Amino acid sequence: MKLTLVTGLTGLLLLGTIVELLRRRQLREKYGMLWLAVLVVVIPLSLFPRLLDNVAELLGVASGVSLVLFLGIVFLLLVCVHLSWEVSALEEETRTLAEDFALLRAQIDADRAARDELVSNDG
Amino acid sequence: MVNGKRTLIIIPALNESGSIADVVGEVRGELPGVDVLVVDDGSTDRTAAVAAAAGARVAKLPYNLGVGGAMRLGYRYARDHDYDVAIQIDADGQHDPRYVPKLVDLLDDNDLVIGARFAGEGDYTVRGPRRWAMVMLSAVLSRVAHTKLTDTTSGFRAANRRVIEMFATWYPAEYLGDTVETLVHTARRGYRIRQVPVAMRKRMAGTPSHSPARAMIYLGRAFAVLTLALIRR
Repeated sequence: MKLTLVTGLTGLLLLGTIVELLRRRQLREKYGMLWLAVLVVVIPLSLFPRLLDNVAELLGVASGVSLVLFLGIVFLLLVCVHLSWEVSALEEETRTLAEDFALLRAQIDADRAARDELVSNDG
Repeated sequence: MVNGKRTLIIIPALNESGSIADVVGEVRGELPGVDVLVVDDGSTDRTAAVAAAAGARVAKLPYNLGVGGAMRLGYRYARDHDYDVAIQIDADGQHDPRYVPKLVDLLDDNDLVIGARFAGEGDYTVRGPRRWAMVMLSAVLSRVAHTKLTDTTSGFRAANRRVIEMFATWYPAEYLGDTVETLVHTARRGYRIRQVPVAMRKRMAGTPSHSPARAMIYLGRAFAVLTLALIRR
C-alpha cells in the first residue's frame, strides 16, 4: 500500500509539473503532449502495478513490473535519439542563419566602402 | 581573373591574425586581379580587421562553425557573386599561391582540382598512425574517385561553377567532413576530380601536433568519417 502511494504521488506530481509548464508556455505542445500521453499510461500503472502481468506472461516476461521497466528504458532511449535529431536540425538552422548574417555584414561593409569612395571622389 | 576566369580565393581563418596579412598580401601580389575572401570563423583576435586592412573582403561568422562551416559560406559567396572559379587556401601560409594558375588550368577538364603534398614536389613527410590514416584514405578515395589521390586532406583545392553550386548548398561542418566527405560526395555525383603535385611550405605561424596518442585518435576518427561517408547517401 505504501509503495502504491509513493509511485502514485510521483506520477501525479509529474503530471502537475508538465501541465504547469504547458500553461506557462515553457514547453512546446508537441513535447508536452508526448509527456502527457506517457503519464496517462504511467499513472494507472503506478496505482495498479500488476495491470500488465497478463501481457508480460504472454511475452514470456516473468512479471509485469519488469516489462514496464524494459519498455520504459526503450522509450527513454528513443526520446534521447529524437532529441539528438532535433538538436542536429537546430544546429543546421543556426548555421544557415550565421552564414546569412556574415554575408549580410560583408555586403554592408562593401556598400559602405563603395559609398565612402564616392564621397571622397566628389569632395 | 586567372586565365580569363573570374576567380575567388577563399581563406578560412580562425585566430590567424599573426599570418593572415602576409598570406593575403602574397596572394594579391602573386595573382593580381583575383578577389580574396577571408572567412573569419568566429575568431577572438583581430583576424577580420587585419585581413580587411590587407585588402581582403571579409565575411565574419558570429561564432565558430569549423572549417566546413566557413567553407560553405565561402562557396555561397562565390555562387552569389557569380565567380567562375573558387580556390580554397589555408590561412597559415603553407600553400604557395604561385600554383593557383596550374590548378585553374586543370579545371578546363575537371570539376575539382586538389593541390597535393607528397606527390613529387617538395619534401613533406609524416610517420606512424597519421601516415597509416593517409594511406588508407588515399587508397579508398582513389578508388571512389577513379583517379590517383595521395593527399586527401589537403586544404588547397580549386572548384569550377558546377562544384561551387553544389558546395554552396551542401558542405559538411563535421570533423574531416570538409575534406574526406566532400571528396566522396563529389566523386559519387560524377564530377571529375584531379590532383596536382604542389610543394608545401612551413607554416608561417602555429604548430602542427605530433603527439602519438593524438595521431591514433586521428586514425580512428578518419576511419569513422570515411566509413560514414561511404554509407551515406
